[in-house]
Amino acid sequence: MSFIVNRNAVTGPADPRVSLLDHLRETLHLTGTKKGCNQGACGACTVLVDGERILSCLALAVQYDGRQITTIEGLGEAGTLHPLQTAFIEYDGFQCGYCTPGQICSAIGMAAEARRGVPSNVSANLSDNVTLTREEVQERMSGNLCRCGAHNGIIDAIQATITSERVTEVTA
Amino acid sequence: MTPFSYTRAEDVSDAVRLSAGDATAFLGGGTNLVDLMRETVARPDRLVDVTGLSNAIAETADGGLLIGAAVRNTALAEHQAVRTRYPVLSRAILAGASGQIRNMATVGGNLLQRTRCTYFYDTDGSRCNKRTPGTGCDAREGFNRIHAILGASDACVATHPSDMCVALTMLEATVHIEGRDGARTLAFGDLHRLPGDRPDLDTVLAPGELITAITLPPLGFAARSTYRKVRDRASYAFALISVAAAVEMDGDRIGDVRIAFGGVAHKPWRATKAEAVLRGASPTEATLRAAAAAEFADALPLRDNAFKPELATRTLAAVLADLATGEVA
Repeated sequence: MSFIVNRNAVTGPADPRVSLLDHLRETLHLTGTKKGCNQGACGACTVLVDGERILSCLALAVQYDGRQITTIEGLGEAGTLHPLQTAFIEYDGFQCGYCTPGQICSAIGMAAEARRGVPSNVSANLSDNVTLTREEVQERMSGNLCRCGAHNGIIDAIQATITSERVTEVTA
Repeated sequence: MTPFSYTRAEDVSDAVRLSAGDATAFLGGGTNLVDLMRETVARPDRLVDVTGLSNAIAETADGGLLIGAAVRNTALAEHQAVRTRYPVLSRAILAGASGQIRNMATVGGNLLQRTRCTYFYDTDGSRCNKRTPGTGCDAREGFNRIHAILGASDACVATHPSDMCVALTMLEATVHIEGRDGARTLAFGDLHRLPGDRPDLDTVLAPGELITAITLPPLGFAARSTYRKVRDRASYAFALISVAAAVEMDGDRIGDVRIAFGGVAHKPWRATKAEAVLRGASPTEATLRAAAAAEFADALPLRDNAFKPELATRTLAAVLADLATGEVA
């Protein structure tokens, strides 16, 4: 089996027990994606699969044959940061930085969901008109924990980058 | 994780054929099963990946919806027909888990997810009749804030964790099943079991039986339905109490009503006693409280969850008052 990681074709693991997270970190040495809880509670391992955010710790790599995976390494580089990376610096969206790759991948997936009209638990109605208010961003990003407590800066950075007007600009 | 083989099923008959033997597990998004395997609570010899099976959402001849078991939770919550005709189902799904998990999790997997009782997961330190039958239950005299108040047994006080299943219970969905002995259907309320003396069995499914789809019946007044969930933090937590309800008003009285509770029992709890009190009644605060009182008259709270009957009562009263006045979008 094989899949595409950050536009490069790579071979998947032979052992079906290997999670997508462990394959990225241990075999492909893409250590930007972080292992926090390893049980689906923290969001640090969030990556994008065909543009959708998922938790790579709960994903058996063998299930993702042929899929396009984007990690934080595929989003920006030193000198050419992704707009969200720039905003996280500007708005103090982190202290230790451990949750940041997952936060940024999650925010990109979240923007795509909002763009196609997916409602949330705090949406007043179930219409397609999603306005990413602060409360909406908080709810939609609740799967990404920050133990430094930088959540307010994280929300600021996301809102500054993904306003409803500019939402189409933020992609992987 | 103990070793296992992995096979991707091409279709339903392939999946059923591959499932021979009791140690096979069907794999959906893996959001619960992978965790259970890592904790060695689940130790299947073989995984049959069924995410390639039906992920269609289609109209049925009678005006309901057929939902393939491989439909992802996000796809179901955002489907236009679900949003407009069964808003309680969109709301219930969106109240659960996180955006990432809803993108992975399937309908079939959601139905078969297992309790989040912490003693069930604690393989090293706790006794659990659900994990290892006959060993005892450390939750009954332990930390049991999230545990059951209705329908529990001496053997098990666990709650069912799903939000989506509470809505499906209220909507009287049908579960479509395929096994080596052929196909059958079940009323949604008959899928999950109360624990009794076999809490290791969450459902009535036989080994090797696969959930292939669910159907929602046509239910006009489900357009006026919603789901409310009360939990220890504002998001990304399991329910202490949840309510799924639909109301059909007849003037200023309740014509018809459907109610189900989450967070109270080993299965989603259809509140037939509360419904009987409410049909034909005016939705006053006193009546709404009386309906909840009828439902929870037999409740047996544990050390840490004596708050649940009152919390359920207040939540039900608030939801029904909103539905009766049409203040739910």
